Amino acid sequence: MTKADIVETVYEKVGGFSKKEAAEIVETVFDTVKETLEKGEKIKISGFGNFVVRDKNARAGRNPQTGQEITISARRVLTFKPSQVLKNALNS
Amino acid sequence: MKKSDLVDLVAQRQSLPRPQVEATIDCLLDALAEGLAKGERVDFRGFGAFAVRESAARSGRNPRTGETIQIAARRTPTFKVGKELRDRVNGERPAAQ
Repeated sequence: MTKADIVETVYEKVGGFSKKEAAEIVETVFDTVKETLEKGEKIKISGFGNFVVRDKNARAGRNPQTGQEITISARRVLTFKPSQVLKNALNS
Repeated sequence: MKKSDLVDLVAQRQSLPRPQVEATIDCLLDALAEGLAKGERVDFRGFGAFAVRESAARSGRNPRTGETIQIAARRTPTFKVGKELRDRVNGERPAAQ
């Protein structure tokens, strides 16, 4: 399932706009979410889950192939924590 | 940011009535959850992919009482961030298209 399938579903179920407009709205939703997370702000979608940007410190790592020690630089990563509602939906 | 804030921003940007945008976002989330419930992987290029991880039943132990219990098999939603968003979150400029 891809974005195109989601756009199709939105177009059929919500109605009131063309398929092109449906695609634009979905695109704007993702753009807005991406811009918000890029700023480091978290997004909480109740009944679905939370997207949180976390700061990771630098740490020592090892290349598993060569055994060579390397430093993994400090970075920001995105984590997703599914809500209990979503978890239950997958186990009903 | 909550879902209602997201609805506001998208409605403003697209100059659309708020209820329509809200219905769209709800429908999007429902479709995503339904896809996952069917065990499908849902891929959004540039954003990330949602998938379902299956874990088998196993026996566990209540750490407080020491009692052995059976943990049922379950399905867990997972999200793997896409390259574009991963780089942007980390303060790197998105790769040229």
